[in-house]
Amino acid sequence: MRGIGRVLVAVYGVLALAAVGRSFVQIASKFDEAPLAYALSALAAVVYVVATVALIRSGRGWYRVAWLTIAFEFAGVIVVGGLSIVEPSLFPHDTVWSRFGHGYLFIPLVLPVLGMWWLATHRPVPAEREADAA
Amino acid sequence: MIEWFTWVQLAVAVAAGLLCLILGLAGRVPGDLANGSLALVELLLVVQLVVAIAAPAFGNEPTGSVLEFYTYLVGALLLPPAAVFWALLERSRWSTVVLGVAALAVAVMVYRMLQIWTVQQA
Repeated sequence: MRGIGRVLVAVYGVLALAAVGRSFVQIASKFDEAPLAYALSALAAVVYVVATVALIRSGRGWYRVAWLTIAFEFAGVIVVGGLSIVEPSLFPHDTVWSRFGHGYLFIPLVLPVLGMWWLATHRPVPAEREADAA
Repeated sequence: MIEWFTWVQLAVAVAAGLLCLILGLAGRVPGDLANGSLALVELLLVVQLVVAIAAPAFGNEPTGSVLEFYTYLVGALLLPPAAVFWALLERSRWSTVVLGVAALAVAVMVYRMLQIWTVQQA
């Protein structure tokens, strides 16, 4: 991952840090209040970390992992974000995806779109060409 | 938490962030100015950590969650070294932009810390 993609990785890293931090605080101090929401927070945090790593690493395997995790995030922010507006009683406690990432400057909504655009325009080179290049 | 100091720190982090973004978008590789501005941001965070540890002894208690406050502070302390490490490793204009992103993220986190200390109810 080169060039401006580095900035994408950096923003992913910061979001992963934010999600892990918030999830840690929620689980350490008030997990009993909303186990579902906070478990979801923790899952989202782990997925952000994996996505960050997958964007940094090269190769077809990591490329697939990056697609999976970023698509999962996008689905998460759309589904949870939508439900939290239509049916707020389902998510009385904030998650990273509530109201489309409102608490995180909407970064969770924008980032997966940029990530998928990046992946679509930067396919990994086939194995034999990779060997040639090396 | 000393409020005026926190506002100064916030202003420095925003200024460093904008400076690095501008330098990076102008095509500069990370130099002493960009790395130095991040070092200053980190130094102020260390001062903030010392102040936060000492403040309760002087009757200056946080109104909100201490755990959340320190999670932000420790997270913020990690960012500038990580960004500078990256900048030393890869000398491209985008590393300068990454320095700016890190400084702006620190600014957001310092603002959250101020809210937790002064207005959040535990």
